[in-house]
Order: sequence, then structure tokens, then C-alpha cells
Amino acid sequence: MADEAAKPATPAVPYMTRELKSGLDLTDSTVTDEFDERSWDMVVSLGLSRQLTTGKTLVDLADAGMDDIVVCTADLGRPTQVETFGRRFPDRYFNFGIAERNMIGAAAGLAAVGYLPVISNYSFFLALMGVENIRNDICYPGLPVKMVGTHSGIAMGFYGTSHHCCEDIGALRTMAGLNLMAPCDGTALSSALKGLIRHPEPIYFRVGRGREAVVYDTAFDFRIGGSNTLREGRHATVFAIGNLVKAALDAADILADEGIEITVVDMYSIRPIDREAIRKAASEHGVLISAEEHNVTGGFGAAIAEVVAEEGLVAKLHKVGMPDQYAILGPPTHLYAHYGLDGPGVASTVRTALSG
Amino acid sequence: MSSRALKNVTREDLKDKARLIRRETVRLTDICGSGHYGSSFSMAELVAALYYQFMHVRPDDPKWDDRDRFLLGKGHAAIGLYPVLADLGFFPQSWLDSYTRLHSPLGDHPDVKKVPGADFSSGSIGHNLSVSVGMALGLQRKGSPGRVICMMGDGEQTEGQIWEAAISGAHWDLSNLIGIVDINGAGSDGDPQATMATEPLVDKWRAFGWDVIVLEDGHDLEQVQDALNRALNGPGDKPRCVLAYTVAGKGVSFMEGTWQWHLGFLGPKDLERAYAEIEAGDIG
Repeated sequence: MADEAAKPATPAVPYMTRELKSGLDLTDSTVTDEFDERSWDMVVSLGLSRQLTTGKTLVDLADAGMDDIVVCTADLGRPTQVETFGRRFPDRYFNFGIAERNMIGAAAGLAAVGYLPVISNYSFFLALMGVENIRNDICYPGLPVKMVGTHSGIAMGFYGTSHHCCEDIGALRTMAGLNLMAPCDGTALSSALKGLIRHPEPIYFRVGRGREAVVYDTAFDFRIGGSNTLREGRHATVFAIGNLVKAALDAADILADEGIEITVVDMYSIRPIDREAIRKAASEHGVLISAEEHNVTGGFGAAIAEVVAEEGLVAKLHKVGMPDQYAILGPPTHLYAHYGLDGPGVASTVRTALSG
Repeated sequence: MSSRALKNVTREDLKDKARLIRRETVRLTDICGSGHYGSSFSMAELVAALYYQFMHVRPDDPKWDDRDRFLLGKGHAAIGLYPVLADLGFFPQSWLDSYTRLHSPLGDHPDVKKVPGADFSSGSIGHNLSVSVGMALGLQRKGSPGRVICMMGDGEQTEGQIWEAAISGAHWDLSNLIGIVDINGAGSDGDPQATMATEPLVDKWRAFGWDVIVLEDGHDLEQVQDALNRALNGPGDKPRCVLAYTVAGKGVSFMEGTWQWHLGFLGPKDLERAYAEIEAGDIG
């Protein structure tokens, strides 16, 4: 480890530009014109997280007359971008400070007296720290609380293990009465919230850091138990969630040049899962690949494996995901390449699956 | 109550070490592309005094049983701790140059499995005081002279687990347990007191059974040394809490007192401005 660390550092990549800054609301920023083009503070950095559309979507819904929406966060209103809602509707925005379990219980209380709470927080603090409160305060009473767990998987890169979340699907997939959705970009998240805001049961939406590549140009009918087939091919099917949807599409391009045609399905509904899509892939070619930014043990791929086994399907499943270990540190894109959670990584697994 | 000798350092030495913390925070952030300037700068004098004057550690034997332990509950300020650990010889200076790169042991938060000298991992706010209670309890039972120091943030005071830990620390008379709250007035969503008020903290910690030491200016080294000496070497059989009032971003004028520079990045020209202010500064 010391030898690895002693390697010369690669220079920081400049990702902040005057153009990017010019499109942002910098009212609260301290980075004025006298500062460097590349300098940024917390206000400026929010410009990078464009796929976190929760705040804007909830403002739209509230403007359209949904008076019962209330938003809860735990000192992460800015990073998760629901402060947009707080500015527009300050009397319906509750910031609990860094007190996640208190927030979850209070959201249950708000739901119990007739409000429609939406929690927005980092997934590792919401789903992992708050797992017992989610179970006892929200799921068991069956309260219609909507939870948006952001920055899931290893999107936080060098922030380290405490800020990685490769266990939330495993933990929450066992919660009776909880729906588990994975909108893969900002349009999907917006579609999910608009489509499911009135769903009578609790829902956990697993989303990324907000810097994800765009998959969807237009809104779609986001359904519990649904999926979207984004590309069709005859050799294998990749069932993907989150960041891996774009990776699977990239893999399809890479493989097409080699004469390999794959189907790519955005399996945005993890629980309940679209069993028919799995049956279809098994009957067509039986070569299944699951792709997730989560531990391959007990996660989304395991949910597919259950369907294959329970229904006696003739298929072999190859899982793309985090190995059953804690991630090393590094910048997110470097980590994705390291763990094969990108186009080349998915393509490599597809080749292995077809050669077996 | 165990007490341990103070190391012989001058006030100018400590000022230099605090400068080292600020300078390296700026440099490592430049390697990484983003960094917690504000939280590192606010604790610089406290960390310098702890490691160079008060704490008994052995860089050549980082797991020495009787060492004093330092747990950084506000783990996002690790960027200000690594330069000190490297300077003391816990790991090679070259590790700093690869801060946050793929395979580096040094990430945004301290990791006990990767970083010699880091006494526990953190990053999930609110955990480390509980871990400190366990360490203090064990060391007390063993009769060790080791003390356990847990540096928390002011935003961290909203975590329920802090108060569960506080209750247990007082219940078991953990006189070898020292809490420090770096009250720098900056969190992710702004001033923690505006997000969720926790003041008056002095009354709360007293009510939870701790001896409380109010450090009015956490950048005045004379006050810092006095407060830490009372906390680490003072009489009594209770755990002690230092409420350290500090300034987020202290040492770089355009960062001081702002929440906006809790996390940020400096372009080349601003980087030079920051280095120049840090070198010219005479804090302490």
C-alpha cells in the first residue's frame, strides 16, 4: 500500500469553468469575479450535481397544488439540492441538523398526521444508519414516506468507506412493505417522483451523486414493478440499475463492433422486480448479466438470481458489481474503471458470459 | 486522573506547526480537486498543541498500548491531521503527495485500517465519542495512563449518539476521556446554530455530568494551552469537555467565518493568495 501511495500524484483535473459558473445561481457564493475561473465554493459545486432533481420536481408538484408535501433533511439540504424546495416553501421544509434517526422518526410522525413527507439525505446515513428507524417507524406502520437516498454506491470515491453505500439494497430489500426504486438520472428521478408521489406505501429511491451521465431525454411512465428496455440484441441481456445503465449502453456500443448484440434493460424497480423481463431474457438466450453499483452479495443481482431459481428458468447469471469487500480509495471515475463498473467492464463480463 | 508531562515547545514552534497544517491543507486540496479548508483551519492551533505539546505517542510504534488517542469525530478535517502525522514520522511524507489518488491510504476521512497514527475511522458523524468512551473505559480498567481525546464538530452536537455517549462517559467517571467541540460555525447547510440550535452547549454538557472548559478563542495559543492543560491534566474524576470557539477558514481572509468554504477548491491565483496569507499570518 505504501508503495502504491508513493507513486507520483496525477494533477488535479480542472472541471470548473467560467461557462459552468455562468449558468448557476451564485447569489450566496463568495466566489466573485475577482476569483480564479477554477475556484469554487460550496455554492458553485452544486452546479456539478445536475441529476439531483428532487427539489425542483417537488416545487413543481407543490405549485400544482400538492399542499401536503413536506421535505425533511439532516444538514444535507444543499448537497442533495432540496433546499430549492426550502426556499420556495420555507414553512414546509424541515432541516433536522445532523440527526438522521430523529429525522426518520419525525417524518413518520408527519405522515401519521396526514402529511406527505419526502426525505432527502445521503444514502449511507439514511439507509444504513437509519435502517432500524426505517423498519419500525415507516415500514411496519406502512406510512407513505418517500425517501431519496443520494450519493449511493462508491460515487463519493476518496471520501472513503464511511461515505460509500454498497449495502442499502441488501438491507432494504428485506423490509416487508417497502418499495425500492433506482432512477438512473435526473429525468428518471423526476418521472419517479411525479408518478409515485401519491403511492400509498413507503418508497426508497436509490440515486447517485447527481453527476451521472444522462440516459433519458424525456420523462416516462415510471411504474412500480416496471422496467425500460433501451436496446435489443439477440446474444445476451444486461439488467442494469443506476450508473450501470449508461455503462451497459456503452458496453452495447463496444460489443456491437465485435458482432455481439445485447439487450439492455433499465430495471429501475428493484422491489418488486419485473419478473416477466427476466423470463423473456431466459427464454430468448439464457445469458443474463446483472449490473449494479452495490455489493454483488444480497443486492440487485441476487434479486434476479432469486427469480431465476424460483421459476426454474434455464439461464446463467453473471453479476457485475462491487466484490464482497470494501472499496479502495480513489477518484470515482478511477474506481469505476478499477472495479469494472463502466462500459469496458460490462463488455468484458458479457464476453465472459458468452464464452462460458 | 492520570497526568502526563508537557513537551517543551515554544509558542513560535506551535505557530509554525499550525502554519504547516494550513499550508498542507491547501496543497493537498490542490492534488485532490476538492477539500475541507474551513474545518481544517479552525482546528489548526488545537491540533498543533495536542500533538506537539500534550499527547504522548510513539510514531515508530503507532499501536503502543499506553499512547494517548486522538479521534477525529469531524473526520472531514483529516486533511489537517495527515500533515501532522507525517511530520511526526507515522508514515512517509511521500504519502501526502498521493492524497486521494487511486490506492492511496489517505482519503477525505481518517481510516484506522490504512493510516498509521489514525486511532479510529470516522466520516459518519456522531460515532467517535462512543468509540472514545469504550477506549477510555478499557484503558481505565487496565490502569493505563493513556488518555482519549475526541474532537467533535459543532454540527455534530445534533447527533443523538453524542448525548448517549456523554451520559455513559459521566456515568463511568471516565476522567481519562476528553471531548473537544470545534465550534467553528460552519456546516453543510450553513451555520449549525441556524440549521438546528444546540446552544447553550455549556449548560448541556454540564447537565450531562461533564466538567466543561470554555475556550473563548481557539486560535489564541495561550488560551488553547491553558484549556488543554486543564482538560488533560486537571484534577477531578469526571470526563471533561472543551468548548472551543473558533473561526471556520481561519488564516485565509476570504474563507474566514464562511460556510461556503466548508468545502471548496482554489484555482492557481487564489492558491497563491492563500499561501501568502498563511505564511504572513501570525495566528496564536
